[in-house]
Amino acid sequence: MFRKKECVAMLLAGGQGSRLYALTEKTAKPAVPYGGKYRIIDFPLSNCVNSGIDTVGVLTQYQPLVLNDYIGNGLPWDLDRAFGGVKILPPYQGKKGADWYRGTANAIYQNMEFIDRYDPEYVLILSGDHIYKMDYAKMLEHHKKMGADCTIAVIDVPLKEASRFGIMSADEEGRIFKFSEKPKNPDSTKASMGIYIFSKEVLFRYLTADAADPASTNDFGKNIIPAMLAAGERMYAYPFVGYWKDVGTISSLWEANMDLLGETPELSLNDEEWRIYSRHDAHSPQFVGPDAVIENSSITEGCEIYGTVRNSVLGAGVCVLEGAVVSDSVIMDDVVIGEGSRIQYSILDTGVRVGRDCRIGLDRKKEKGITVIATGLKLPTCCEIGDGEMISTLDDIKERERI
Amino acid sequence: MGVAGLIFSNIHNSSIPELTGIRTMASVPFGCRYRLVDFPLSNMVNSGIHKIGIITHNNYQSLMDHIGTGKDWDLARRSGGIKLLPPFITTYENSNGGRLYTSRLEALMGVSNFISRCDEDYIVLSDCDVICTIDLSDVIRQHMENEADLTIVTHRVSESGADIAPRSKVITADENGRITEVSSYVEGEAIGEISTNIMVVSRMFLLNAISDAGAHGYTDFYRDIVASRAAKNRFYRYLYDGIYIQVTSLESYFRNSMRLLEPNVRNGLFRADRPIYTKLRNSAPTRYTGEANVVNSYVADGCVIEGTVENSILFRGVRVGKGTTVKNSILLQDTFTGTNVTLNCVITDKNVVIRDGRMLSGHETMPFFIPKGSMV
Repeated sequence: MFRKKECVAMLLAGGQGSRLYALTEKTAKPAVPYGGKYRIIDFPLSNCVNSGIDTVGVLTQYQPLVLNDYIGNGLPWDLDRAFGGVKILPPYQGKKGADWYRGTANAIYQNMEFIDRYDPEYVLILSGDHIYKMDYAKMLEHHKKMGADCTIAVIDVPLKEASRFGIMSADEEGRIFKFSEKPKNPDSTKASMGIYIFSKEVLFRYLTADAADPASTNDFGKNIIPAMLAAGERMYAYPFVGYWKDVGTISSLWEANMDLLGETPELSLNDEEWRIYSRHDAHSPQFVGPDAVIENSSITEGCEIYGTVRNSVLGAGVCVLEGAVVSDSVIMDDVVIGEGSRIQYSILDTGVRVGRDCRIGLDRKKEKGITVIATGLKLPTCCEIGDGEMISTLDDIKERERI
Repeated sequence: MGVAGLIFSNIHNSSIPELTGIRTMASVPFGCRYRLVDFPLSNMVNSGIHKIGIITHNNYQSLMDHIGTGKDWDLARRSGGIKLLPPFITTYENSNGGRLYTSRLEALMGVSNFISRCDEDYIVLSDCDVICTIDLSDVIRQHMENEADLTIVTHRVSESGADIAPRSKVITADENGRITEVSSYVEGEAIGEISTNIMVVSRMFLLNAISDAGAHGYTDFYRDIVASRAAKNRFYRYLYDGIYIQVTSLESYFRNSMRLLEPNVRNGLFRADRPIYTKLRNSAPTRYTGEANVVNSYVADGCVIEGTVENSILFRGVRVGKGTTVKNSILLQDTFTGTNVTLNCVITDKNVVIRDGRMLSGHETMPFFIPKGSMV
């Protein structure tokens, strides 16, 4: 039985996130861990729940195992509902044949039936690429107030960075008259956040037309939005003010983690009014050993710290043994850092084992980039890994003589 | 063969009146993020028991809030799952069941409906003042091998420094482990094995014992059932030699909480293969600022630490302000300390606020307790 919903959210979670390299080799980008006990997808999902949207379709395609496991029945987000809740929507085989999702718009097009079961007036399109807290209910209100066909959330970005985004030009009322994807000479600083609200009828009309066009790449940014703009539909920008970070690259993921630190962090996750929910296992509390030093760091349950941790974000169950020093790094769940090892400007993916006296990313030249160690790797004793190296297999490690 | 569980949530409430004035023994917070009931519940779930009744007596609101639907213990089930069993009192004054139970046996009589409606062959009973991580399926296996009616889990205690509850039972068994005698613990006496009050009982035997008790007006489980029938029935003991903590007073609660800072106690209770489950709270990870200085402490998620913490236990959502020093203390959920506070040997209950510059100290043998919601 399906109850009518005013607004259904569709979360595009099929992207590979190829610029996260080793981190997304076995995991879809939305399932990449963030902030110690979260994954990127927790943000749009929690935003939905906190905004009163209780029906969310999650479109998966690339390496869905971890993501499917993680979402499960939606219990951590209170989305295990009798009416609505979270539903995983993989590509499927139809009567006329099977097809992968060929683009963001095509993914929604293939699931119009899912949306229609709830007979909504509005469809909210989200992606699993960003860290932010946003009340979609306010955006929906704006959409209704403007009588819009489509509302696009925008954020002010510095002019020099504007060419990395889809840029909207809008009039005083907020009505969009121009949209340019990654423009060389941007004439506005309003960047699309990849969050759209469509009135369902209009969306379905354009999706159907788009699907019939063999020349289309079936993408919202490249096809649907320009087509609607060209046809003169009522498209409005919804300005968002607050923390918003694209975590599509290694360095931006690292930066977004660092934004959780400090006396008044740029992004606070202790917000009782806007909680971010996540699925996590039963861990014991964190133990801080007699000789431990922890400064300006975020530490999660199950950690055991006997060494030194500075300016770092540690996931659950991380063990930093005696004499080890971790600084300016992101350490994901269940990593063990051996005695005397030093780790700097690095991201260690889940389950990495670092042997004794290793040196990782220690040249202190942050400009060279963040060192990344892929999930589950066991680094031997005294191994040395330079700045900005991307280690996906043990073969990538150049053994060096003992320090 | 199936096994169901029964947990007594209020027995021993009187031992820590400071903490149980407003809650059941079962919902006394312990170990940064747990409530005492989490230990027996997790032991049962980790041993494959998925039908559990929790017998309550009074002030069990906090317990109901903690348990919810039971989903955090994987006990939100269509068949089985968790059931709270509040006291059953009829409206008619002079009939049976017109008053609250006062003993373990009477509590069991009050839930005879639950027991008779189970179709499991065995029932595991457990109290909440005992903190241990035990493989109950091994106890059940031994119970079956012995073709026992009742198997009591015992723990060997040496005289010195042990926490033994006042009305504890000393169990004597023969070389085969068959119980021959049950006596009451007398303070100061040299003793061997005491009952942990964790036991496996065959359901049919338990039902018979309950109906006998009703007919004869028995009230004491150990005296009227175990001791008086030891010769006739097959009662065995199971010796548990793992980490075992019993809280018998506020001072004992304090001392035993501090034992969590010892690695062998921590690792014995929190084993990777037998996790202890608790109500999830979705706290953010704990944030340590640049001025934080934390050593030898056990800390839950959701804290913000800007000061010094030594040899302490911090529950979820605790704030330690700038310039503040917390030593040898236990700060329960959402305790807030301002700036330049000094605490030593203090236990704060939930939602306590300690304002700037306050200096409070107890002693290891007499921790200073600050009740729930107080502002100092």
